[in-house]
Amino acid sequence: MSSYAIETVDLNFKFGNQVVVKDLSLQVPKGSIYGFLGPNGAGKTTTIKILLNLLKSPTDSVFVFGKEINHNRIAILKKVGALVEQPAIYGHLTGKENLINRCILLGISKTKANEMLQLVDLTAAANKKTKEYSLGMKQRLGIALALISDPELLLLDEPTNGLDPNGIIEIRNLMVELATKYQKTILVSSHLLAEIERVATHVGIINKGSLLFQGTISALQQLNKPILEIVVNDGPGAAAFLRGNGFEVLANDESVVSVPFTSPGDSGKINTILIQQGFIVTALYQQKKDLEDLFLEITKNN
Amino acid sequence: MRSLYISMVSEFYKSRKTLAFWAAILLPAIICSLIAFGFYHDAEKILKLNYPPMALWGRYSGNALGVMGMLILPFYVIFMAFSINNIEHKNDTWKTLFAQPLNRFSIYAAKYLYAVLTIFICLFLFAALTVAFGHLLEFLIPRYHFSAYNPVPILCKYYAKIFLSSLGILSLQFVFSLLWSDFLKPMGIGFVGVIMGIITANVGWKYAYFIPYSHPTLALRITSTAKKAGNPLDFPVFTSEIISSLIYATLLFIIGYIIVSKKSIK
Repeated sequence: MSSYAIETVDLNFKFGNQVVVKDLSLQVPKGSIYGFLGPNGAGKTTTIKILLNLLKSPTDSVFVFGKEINHNRIAILKKVGALVEQPAIYGHLTGKENLINRCILLGISKTKANEMLQLVDLTAAANKKTKEYSLGMKQRLGIALALISDPELLLLDEPTNGLDPNGIIEIRNLMVELATKYQKTILVSSHLLAEIERVATHVGIINKGSLLFQGTISALQQLNKPILEIVVNDGPGAAAFLRGNGFEVLANDESVVSVPFTSPGDSGKINTILIQQGFIVTALYQQKKDLEDLFLEITKNN
Repeated sequence: MRSLYISMVSEFYKSRKTLAFWAAILLPAIICSLIAFGFYHDAEKILKLNYPPMALWGRYSGNALGVMGMLILPFYVIFMAFSINNIEHKNDTWKTLFAQPLNRFSIYAAKYLYAVLTIFICLFLFAALTVAFGHLLEFLIPRYHFSAYNPVPILCKYYAKIFLSSLGILSLQFVFSLLWSDFLKPMGIGFVGVIMGIITANVGWKYAYFIPYSHPTLALRITSTAKKAGNPLDFPVFTSEIISSLIYATLLFIIGYIIVSKKSIK
């Protein structure tokens, strides 16, 4: 039995001649919250549609819970709940009727509709036609529709689109609760790392259809090398002096010199030799890029 | 089978608040009550003509049959075929439907059967309300001798024929509305088709039965000629236009399924 909820093996997908997904090998561990990151147009939604068999994978290279999707579509979809792009809901029906319709299609008890309305805080708007819902309300209803079958795997495509800060926090908390308390696996796509890094256990970064990074959040953080920034009275002079003494200088301006951070001992040594040379060091601190910058750097280099 | 059944229940559930569904009930109710009102209002004039009961039923039910078969039914079928698929195009819900653990054939067949069933309900109501209002007229104006003749067998045969003649148009329009999400293309082609169908059927073009849109008109025209020939019940149901309609329906149903099974949600 595979330990991955989702596994794709060198998945390729084209729209006509345009390559949308290229040699994609996703590995989403069971029980994880997998942040699927990439700029707009990177291939995230296409990948999610392939995972739902809405777009057919040209080869048998997509496995969900160990089963190949093209040959086990119905068995797999029974275990999957999804929110793809903007929520697909019937505007002429109320929120509750949309949920009841889904209960009918899934052959489950209609009482689940009320539970879900409560979960996404839409009870007060249950009997309002969804065409009158705000974008945030539609998004919450979309999440309720994805959750109603109590699926083992949730595919959420940019679920916080249109939500206010409170709504974003609620969705984040909901994802954490679903993964920790109910052992659900969640693949959540986003183009904002900051939105994902607080909840995701694993991250996949995709750009132009190719997977650029895949691993745990801590593995991503390890890629992020710290820098020592030194504030001195003569930046160019200090940079030249450090280079002359065998240190690598990453950048400098009039008053700040950046060198790779190696250890606290080395930082002290740099400070000492600069002072001994007559430079006035007013500050010396370790700087780490935030993950957002790292994400931008990874996708920029692709 | 279960998949087909739940898809059908869902179709009824989500369509029950749409105009297409209510039209199936309102059209026969409004048209039959208007005709009955006309017969009530002009009772003296009609009674002076001294129709025997069978001819009275013929005159009375012919109004609904003529209006329905020639004009309203083809347009209603076109609108129904548009509406049933447009509900998914408009709300962008094909992706949701196809992401459910249901086979695509069930989703497609349920939509088609729902349309067939709604048209059947509409025509059944036309027949039932024609009979009911006829008896109501006699109750209100006892000189109308509607109860002296039983029109049920002949009405059933007429409406069954009209129903079968509409299946070719339904399947063709169903395919159009699967292919195109906009209103203009399927409705525009349908409108032009119906006008062409009426013209080709009425001018008596011998190949008119090849055009699905002419089938309801042809079905009515031939049966009305047969009616004049003798026993009003003595007319064939499975005439060339009905067989043509059923062949179109079968072939286009299969083509529709191929379209749905290959449909990618981009």
